[in-house]
Amino acid sequence: MSLRADLAAIAQAISPNTRVLDIGCGDGALLANLRDTKHVDARGMEIDGSCVERCVAQGLSVVQGDANRDLADYPDKGFDYTVLSQTLQTATRPDQMLDQLLRVGRQAFVSFPNFAHWRTRSALMLGGRMPVTRAIPVSWYETPNIHHVTVKDFRELAREKGAHIEREWFFSNGKPVSGGSNWRAEFAVFQLSRQ
Amino acid sequence: MAGTSQELLLPQPLPLDGGGELARTVLAYETYGALNEDKSNAILLCHALTGDQYVASPHPVTGKPGWWERMVGPGKPIDTDRYHVICANVIGSCMGSSGPASEADDGKPYAMRFPVITIRDMVRALVGLLDELGIEKLHAVVGGSMGGMQALSLAANWPSRAERVLVIASTSRHSAQNIAFHELGRQAIMADPRWNGGDYYGGEAPDNGLAVARMAAHITYLSEEALTEKFGRNLQDREAKSFGFDADFQVESYLRYQGSGFTRRFDANSYLYITRAMDYFDLAEEHGGKLADAFAGTNARFCLVSFDSDWLYPTSESRHVVRALNAAGAAVSFVELSAPHGHDSFLLEVPALDRVVKGFLE
Repeated sequence: MSLRADLAAIAQAISPNTRVLDIGCGDGALLANLRDTKHVDARGMEIDGSCVERCVAQGLSVVQGDANRDLADYPDKGFDYTVLSQTLQTATRPDQMLDQLLRVGRQAFVSFPNFAHWRTRSALMLGGRMPVTRAIPVSWYETPNIHHVTVKDFRELAREKGAHIEREWFFSNGKPVSGGSNWRAEFAVFQLSRQ
Repeated sequence: MAGTSQELLLPQPLPLDGGGELARTVLAYETYGALNEDKSNAILLCHALTGDQYVASPHPVTGKPGWWERMVGPGKPIDTDRYHVICANVIGSCMGSSGPASEADDGKPYAMRFPVITIRDMVRALVGLLDELGIEKLHAVVGGSMGGMQALSLAANWPSRAERVLVIASTSRHSAQNIAFHELGRQAIMADPRWNGGDYYGGEAPDNGLAVARMAAHITYLSEEALTEKFGRNLQDREAKSFGFDADFQVESYLRYQGSGFTRRFDANSYLYITRAMDYFDLAEEHGGKLADAFAGTNARFCLVSFDSDWLYPTSESRHVVRALNAAGAAVSFVELSAPHGHDSFLLEVPALDRVVKGFLE
């Protein structure tokens, strides 16, 4: 099974035989991949019980929980990597979530849909309505995305939090994008660390 | 299916948490499925308060099917074609293992001379059984309710003995409310004149008291929704209220039936001893007050399951254990399943539980 582009980038960047916590791990695709290809001690947290059930049925260690609240239960630097894929924009407080990611993991991966992508911009500018695009497919009234963020915004948040950006990846339509990322990237992935 | 019924006398006296020891410890147990050559496919199932070793074979007294037939058997989630399943009657109980009805040295039943035991004492006896069977490491230890307490106790106190620990609808400690309900049951038994200080063997047993204890406990095993769904305010075999104290309502009749049925298969003194052991259970207390310390250095994989309608051992209790396991860095899974039946959900038809159990044991 092939991974979504952002997850594939993260999976590739993770070193073998490490400890990984995937927050909002969904059906466990990344965790299973890391376990099977890199002997990673892979753990997950997921709010949706039916997803957790599917993860456990695959032999993955996944806890049903709310990342907004339950990340606080994990010890400092208990993991080599924390992963938050396409979940930051749903957090109650993305800034506090980023703090937790960097506290629990030595390195953190964060991926999110970039609200400054040209399709989103033009949908808002030309259509005058909240954008519904390939990357943000759900109407404003039922989307879980309560904190839309752009590549520029995220870089600024990382700077404020004293987080060092180790690497970054940008994708559009599942393919890498280089240059003009805040315009051209549908999705962004950042690898961060903090001393 | 048929289990193999066996009985074993532990070669050594059993040391007890309350001090002293149990000189003669007999364990009656059932096994299902074959033990493989390197003895690595054994699953220890721990039963609940009023459960027994007859997991998947007919109960010798009531003739009813085993209490977890839906979960244990060939091709079932706990697959006896692959695993060697062991379930022993806990000490203190009354289905063949040493308990208050067993003979003491003087040839008479222990009755209240039986020592007060703990969950850890029960598990110590089970570990003694594993030693005798030559099983160093279990593929898994599995239990619901009090069985889950035993599974947690085994993981905390004998961490090398199980690779997987599956705890369903359970808790790491008895709450004030849990203790209160148990005390109600015990007082009902002891208020029955036939209880006679526990000395009733050979005569009439305190069935009325035991039945009331069971009725009270049974309410805690069901959700309000399940009771309403099943009985509502329906009347039992009558058109109108009797203006008396017969079982007018179906729910009354049901509880009376549950109570009296229970007395046919359970010993009142065992009920006192086992509820006491559960009330004394506090895994954190055993480990210096910090639950995470109970699991320090464990290499086992854990899975905890709770049910949203269980108000006896609610989800918050499972989360409490999960937090401690996370703090200890243990590999833990946790899921709250949606089921309408209350605490008893773990024994009933919940397909999601089957999938979780099967997947976790792989």
